Amino acid sequence: MLVNRKLILAHFWLAFGVFGIALTLGAWQMFIRSPIGTWLSNPELYYRSLTAHGTVMGYVFPTLVAMGFGYAISESALEQRLVGVRWAWAGFWLIVAGSVMAVIPIALGRASVLYTFYPPLIGNVFYYLGVVLVVVGSWVWVALMSVNLRVWRKAHPGAPVPLAMFANVAGSYLWAWTAVGAALELLLQIIPVAAGLKATIDAGLARIFFSWTLHAIVYFWLMPTYIAYYTIVPRAIGGRVYSDSMARISFILFLVVAMPIGMHHTFADPQVGAGFKFIHSAFTALVALPTLLTVFTICASVEIAARLRGGRGMFGWTRALPWDNPMMLALAFSFVMLGFGGAGGLINMSYQLDASIHNTQWITGHFHLIFGGAIVIMYFVIAYDLWPHLTGRELIDIRLIRTQLWLWFIGMIVTTFPWHWVGILGMPRRMAYFDFADPAIAPQALSVTLSAIGGFILLASGIMFIVILARGMRAPQVDAGPYRFAIAVHQPATVPVALNTHALWVALMIALTLTNYGYPILNLALSEGTSVPAVYVGAQ
Amino acid sequence: MSAEQTHSSAEVAARVERRWGTIAVIIVVMMALLAAFAGIHRATMPQPRVETTDPSRLHLSGEFVESNLGSVLEANGNVTVRAIGQQYSFTPACIVVPVDTPITLRATSADVVHGILIQGTNVNTMLVPGYISEQLMRFTKAGDYLMPCQEFCSFGHEGMWGKVKVIDKTEFADRAKSSGRLSCVGQ
Repeated sequence: MLVNRKLILAHFWLAFGVFGIALTLGAWQMFIRSPIGTWLSNPELYYRSLTAHGTVMGYVFPTLVAMGFGYAISESALEQRLVGVRWAWAGFWLIVAGSVMAVIPIALGRASVLYTFYPPLIGNVFYYLGVVLVVVGSWVWVALMSVNLRVWRKAHPGAPVPLAMFANVAGSYLWAWTAVGAALELLLQIIPVAAGLKATIDAGLARIFFSWTLHAIVYFWLMPTYIAYYTIVPRAIGGRVYSDSMARISFILFLVVAMPIGMHHTFADPQVGAGFKFIHSAFTALVALPTLLTVFTICASVEIAARLRGGRGMFGWTRALPWDNPMMLALAFSFVMLGFGGAGGLINMSYQLDASIHNTQWITGHFHLIFGGAIVIMYFVIAYDLWPHLTGRELIDIRLIRTQLWLWFIGMIVTTFPWHWVGILGMPRRMAYFDFADPAIAPQALSVTLSAIGGFILLASGIMFIVILARGMRAPQVDAGPYRFAIAVHQPATVPVALNTHALWVALMIALTLTNYGYPILNLALSEGTSVPAVYVGAQ
Repeated sequence: MSAEQTHSSAEVAARVERRWGTIAVIIVVMMALLAAFAGIHRATMPQPRVETTDPSRLHLSGEFVESNLGSVLEANGNVTVRAIGQQYSFTPACIVVPVDTPITLRATSADVVHGILIQGTNVNTMLVPGYISEQLMRFTKAGDYLMPCQEFCSFGHEGMWGKVKVIDKTEFADRAKSSGRLSCVGQ
C-alpha cells in the first residue's frame, strides 16, 4: 500500500540527481590526477570538487535513499498510510535547503575542507550550517519512523513487527545516534570558530568526535542494502528467508556494535592512548559478526530459491538460479564486492596492519568498493524494484538494466583494485596531482590510469541508471499490485519481546558509546592548552 | 507437510545456524586475541601515550625549536629524530638516519593536521597540532625513501613531500661527531 508515492519519488529523484553530479565530479577527479590528465594549474579546484563529491556521497545521497526507502517500507510493510506526511515534506525541504546552502560556499572555493572537515582548517560557516540542516532534516525521518511503528503497534498489540520495518527503524536509530558525534563537533567546536566567536579549536578532540560518526555512518549507508538482502532479494528470485530471527539478531547487532568502534580510524593519532585504541579494534572485529551471519542466511535463502527451481547437488544448484533477474545479478555482484571489501576492512581495523595502509589510496579504494560497490549496487536494484509501484509504469529495459549492473560491477573492480595496489605502494590520499616523472612514483602511473578508466565506466553506468529510471516515468502503464516483502521459511507467529522492540538495544548502544567514548572525550575536553589557532580556508 | 515435519526442519535450520554462529564468534575472538598477543608480545601497536605541546610556542622554546630538529645519536647508540610539519613542508625536509638502528621519531604540527608516511615501510603517523606523535622505527635497507604528507592540509597538500635517507651506520656516526643535529637538506 504505497500512498505517498510522490514523497518517495521526490526523495529518490533528488538522491539520484545529486548522485549523478557527484559521480561526474568523481570521474573528473580520477582523470585529472592520473597520468592521462594534465596537471591542474590550480590544485584548489580539485579540493573544491572533492569536498562536493564527499559531501554529496557521504551525507546527502545515502540519507535520501534511506529516507525514501524508509517511507516506502513503512507504508507497504505495515500496510498503513504514513503518519506525519507534512513533517516528511518539511524534512525533505530541509535537506534541499541544507544542500543548497552547503554547495554555494563549496562552489566559491570557500569551504574546501573536504566532507571530513579537518579542523583547525575552517571554511565558510554556511557550509557547516548546510550540513547541519541536512542532518536535522533526516532526524525528522527518524522521528517519523518511530511514530509510525508506534501507531502500528497500538493497532496490532503483540504482533511481530514485519522484518523490513524492524530493520528500517533500527537503521534510523543507528543514524540518529551516530550523527550526534559530528553534530557535537560542528555545534560545540567548528561553527563557533567559523562564525568568528572563537579563534582556537582542539583538533584532537574534533577528530575523536568525528570518529564517532565516521564509522557507524557506513552502517547507516549499509542498512537499505541489508534490508534488501533479507526482505527483497528472496522474494524477487522466488525463495524464502532462511531465518527471520537470525535476520533480527543481525540488525540488532549492527545497532549495538556499529557505534562504539570509530576510534579504529585514529590508530595513528597521538591524542588517544593504546587502551582505547585496542578496545575499539576488538569491538570492530565484533561488527564482522552480523555480516558473517548475513552472508550465511542470504546464501541459504538463495539456495532455497534454487532448489525450489529444481537445482540439485552440492554446488550445482547455483546453475538453477535466475541469473537474468537483475536482483539476482546485483546480489551476486554485491556479495563479491562485500567479500573483497570486507577482507580489506579487516586489515584496516587491525591494531597492527593498519599502519601499512593508513591514509593511503588503499583506504579510498576500500570504501569505494564497499560503499560505491556493494552498497550502491543494491540501491540501484531497490529503485528498479520499487519503480513500477511508485510510477504505475513498467520498467521495460531489462537488458539495459542488466548491462548497467554489469558495467557498475566491472567499473568498480577496475577502479578499486589498482587503487588498493598503489595504496600498498604508499601512495598518499587526497592529492590533486602526482609527479609521475619521479622514478619513485613512476611505477604507480599504470595503476592510476587503470583506476581513471574504471571511473569512466562507472560514470557510463551511472548515466544509464538515470536514463532507465527517467524512461520508466513514461513507459506504458501497468498495475504492479501491492509492494511485498520476502517471507521466512518458518514465518514466526510470535517473536520474543527482545527481537520485536528496540528500546533495550538502543539503551545498550548508548551505554556502550558512553563507556567507549566517554573517558577519551572528557579527558581531551578537560585538558588545558591543546586548543590551537584556526586556519581559515580561502583567507590565504 | 505435516506439523511434525515442519517442526523438525525448523530444528535442523536452527542447528545449522547455531553452528555457523559459533564459527563466526570463534573467528572474531581469534582476531582480537591475535592482535592482543602481537601487541603485548611483539610490542607492535599504535602510539600508546598521549603527550601535548603548544604549537604557537613551538619555535620559541622546548623540544621542537629549530636548532633541535633533525637526527641525534643518543648515548646508548639509538637515534632520535625530531621533526615538524607545517603548510606545506616538513622540517627537516630530508631526514638522515643510520641503517639497522632503533630510531625514535618524535614529531608534531605547527599549524593544521598533517601526516607522515614513509613509502615502502609501515612508518605512518598523524601530526595533530597540540599533540606529539612518537613512532619507533628501524630500517633494514639503506637508500632513499619518499615521505609524503598523508593528510589533507589545504591547497598545497599535493606538494608536501619529504625524504628519508638511510645511510651506513659508521658514516652516520662520523657525521654525528662533527655536528649535533643531522639532516640531509641540500644534499
